[in-house]
Amino acid sequence: MTTIPDSLADNRVVRREALHFAVRNGKLVIGFAIVLVLLLIGALGPVLLGVDAPNEYVAGPMLPPSAEHWFGTTTFGQDVFTQFVHGTRTTFVVGALGGGIAAVIAMVVGFTAGYRGGLVDEVLNMFTNIVLVIPTLAVLLIVNAYLGIRSVAVQALFIGLTSWPWAARAIRAQTFSLRTRDFVDLARLSGMNTRRVIVREIAPNMSSYLFMTFILLFGGSILIASSLDFIGLGPTEGVSLGLMLQNATQWSALQLGLWWWFIPPGAAITAIVGALYVANVGLDEVFNPKLRQR
Amino acid sequence: MSLRVTELSVHYRTLRGEVRALDGVSFSMADGEILGLAGESGCGKTTLGKSLIRLDGRMRHAGGTVELDGRELPIADDRAMNAFRFHEVSLIPQYSMSALNPTRKIGRMAGELLRSRGVALDRETLEHRLALVGLDRDVLDRYPIELSGGMRQRTVMVISTLLDPSLLIADEVTSALDVSTQKSVARALLGFRDEGFVKSMLFITHDLALTSRIADTIMVMYAGRLAEKAPADVMVKAPRHPYTRLLINSLPEVGVRYTGERLSGIQGSPPSLLDPPPGCRFRDRCPLADDRCAEQPPAVEIEPDHFVACWKA
Amino acid sequence: MRQYFGRKLLVYALTFVVAVTVNWMIPRFMPGDPVSGMLARAGVSQPAAVEAMRLYYTSLFGFDQPLWKQYVNFWSALLRGDFGISIWLFPTPVSTVILRAVPYTLGLMIPAVLLSWVIGNRLGAYAARRKLLDNTILPAGYILTAMPYMWLAVILAWGLGVVAGWFPVAGGYSFSLQPSWSADFVLDLLHHWVLPFLSLFLVALGGWAIGMRNMIIYELESDYSTYLAALGAPSRLIRRYAFRNAVLPQITGLALQLGVLVAGALVTEIVFSYPGLGSLILKAIQNQDFFLLQGTFMFIVIGVLVANFVIDLVYVVVDPRTRAGMAGGRP
Repeated sequence: MTTIPDSLADNRVVRREALHFAVRNGKLVIGFAIVLVLLLIGALGPVLLGVDAPNEYVAGPMLPPSAEHWFGTTTFGQDVFTQFVHGTRTTFVVGALGGGIAAVIAMVVGFTAGYRGGLVDEVLNMFTNIVLVIPTLAVLLIVNAYLGIRSVAVQALFIGLTSWPWAARAIRAQTFSLRTRDFVDLARLSGMNTRRVIVREIAPNMSSYLFMTFILLFGGSILIASSLDFIGLGPTEGVSLGLMLQNATQWSALQLGLWWWFIPPGAAITAIVGALYVANVGLDEVFNPKLRQR
Repeated sequence: MSLRVTELSVHYRTLRGEVRALDGVSFSMADGEILGLAGESGCGKTTLGKSLIRLDGRMRHAGGTVELDGRELPIADDRAMNAFRFHEVSLIPQYSMSALNPTRKIGRMAGELLRSRGVALDRETLEHRLALVGLDRDVLDRYPIELSGGMRQRTVMVISTLLDPSLLIADEVTSALDVSTQKSVARALLGFRDEGFVKSMLFITHDLALTSRIADTIMVMYAGRLAEKAPADVMVKAPRHPYTRLLINSLPEVGVRYTGERLSGIQGSPPSLLDPPPGCRFRDRCPLADDRCAEQPPAVEIEPDHFVACWKA
Repeated sequence: MRQYFGRKLLVYALTFVVAVTVNWMIPRFMPGDPVSGMLARAGVSQPAAVEAMRLYYTSLFGFDQPLWKQYVNFWSALLRGDFGISIWLFPTPVSTVILRAVPYTLGLMIPAVLLSWVIGNRLGAYAARRKLLDNTILPAGYILTAMPYMWLAVILAWGLGVVAGWFPVAGGYSFSLQPSWSADFVLDLLHHWVLPFLSLFLVALGGWAIGMRNMIIYELESDYSTYLAALGAPSRLIRRYAFRNAVLPQITGLALQLGVLVAGALVTEIVFSYPGLGSLILKAIQNQDFFLLQGTFMFIVIGVLVANFVIDLVYVVVDPRTRAGMAGGRP
């Protein structure tokens, strides 16, 4: 009795509607604005400052914030703002790389388990649960302590390798519910192979969900990296927000009252991760009409 | 007269404006009557069902009155309406399969619900009625997940009618079921009416064929308005509204085999209810439409109990 | 239900095997000769210590033996509770060092985790009820949960410790006191406990409150809530059902968050030099005490597995569906 709307046109309407709600969603706009500002600081700051070595001793020690040194200096006379700018960049790199690697693993495992089902699902599920139960930080401690982490990239790699399980489970569940839908059946019947069905039919239909998962993995990677850095297992070269916190506590910034040394790095991490979470809630409201009324 | 609905309008608030899902509908139901309410999705039938018991957050009562057993229902006042819910008006929802709290045993949940409405649970009556729909009393000691979809639906049916409401709204109760279960549900509903557990019943469905088997009267809606209302046999055999005729014609007749000819669907789609055009809403799809249809046709009683909203009827 | 626990136990057993294997394997992946490498890095000056360590390393690693034998030896030592001897606190056995630290970590974590969970759930449920509360609790929750644990710890130590001077900012108890069960010592212990507890508690609180708020809104919009509302059930009853059902995924969440909570406890301890496992790890890293590090790792893994199992037990008690022998339950 009812006419079936042309699915292409339907998709376009959904997308236009999503955009309509997206630009009007305060949480999404504010969240992404904060992330963008910090991203710009991290991306452009080091270039504009023109300093390659943020750990150089450039001024007198323990200077409070001033026009010359916006965030003051450390006990050794390093400029905190220079370190902050470089550290923010490192933090974004760790988040993007670690979150990205975790997202790729989660998608491979989640799609395969959810779509194939059966024994493949059983085995992958078991594997996921094992990695899920092992406390991530403890493993990273052992790995980092023995192998020694020199670069941000290696740190991000190990974070990515350990933080994917919850996302894989979520993607598996979503795939599971899409697997039996008509358009997937149709694609399968028309002779598409598994990989193409997943890439062409299933993934696009949960793209918003995948994006939200990536955002959470991104934020999670930043937090794990900062903990590792703080314990003293961070990259030995360069500077990160976690390393700044570590140095500040190690060299008694607390007792000496050098608040300008330990407040900015933590605040930046909190702002990035918090803004990502809030933006994620906004995205959820945009893509999930049921939540829009609140 | 059990239910009298007069010029009822209910709008949906959306970001683009008000959608006139229900736009001035009037009808009445007698005691003991089962009224089948049919139409395509978006015609306002579910909105009508909800308006009679509980408006959801986005719905706004835009005008008109509802009178049940001589008392006006305060449908716009959620709090005042509570006195009528369950006691006078009850509901078997579309989502009956998931309408029970998954972490409470069914008997306990029913007891808690009744107590919250100031009624003590009469276990004997409950078990008796469960038996009437073919359920063992031990479902009361089970969790919803332990029952099949059909069993859950029948349980909801029994719970919803425990207080012998005057009006029962059954919203698409059969659409998720297979044919044989559909029949048993329909039979159970008829039984409840015959036993007097419910006085009258509004049976909302998109399935005209099924409606004609259990309803006394059928009402067809189109784009938020009443199109035609007639006794069930008259509606099936001699529909007068062009929309109803097309609708009835598009049904596969029982026992007739369709070899060559295709089922004739209705071309086009209903107008947007965001800002509907004046006049008859079926005009654009109607084969008989002419200039007169630019004016809105009133629902006229052309024969006793047969109302049609069409200039051509 | 037996199948439910069977699967769980299988996962935990396999996890344990994997953890032990990782622990065994990683030192063997190290480039070069691990024994001399470690001894060089350890930089211990006492010749006696060096010799003892060389003996332990050699017997533990047993490089002259075939690989499978090394692996079996590793397991048998582990099952005997032999984690080797600490380099940093030579010649104390690693297990003794760890067991001295464990009570501090547990004393910090268990109250912080349980209280934050209970109070966070309450706050989240309140937030879902009122717009005003929602607009205050939710942003606060997001800020708290986005904070790195050590940063909140640093802020609290600085604000309430250094600046206000209300609480000590380092150690588990005053250096002037000897551990005993005297009232003085217990009060001192509590005094040192407040700030690390508070920072762990607050960060975790934010996460639980947000989780509960979102879960309960989902439950309040679910079909059973709508049905009850249509039948005129008072919102008290609907909220009670919604809260109870929303708590179930929060229990699952507790299991999933264990790793993060442990990590939080470790870094918090480091900020406050609190004498638990976190400070032990820091010392182990600074002193290149790999036995200690690996021993701590094994302890944390075992602790997390035990906690997971306890949560599974609780879940079965709380969710009737698992007991009813049906599908569902904690995925």
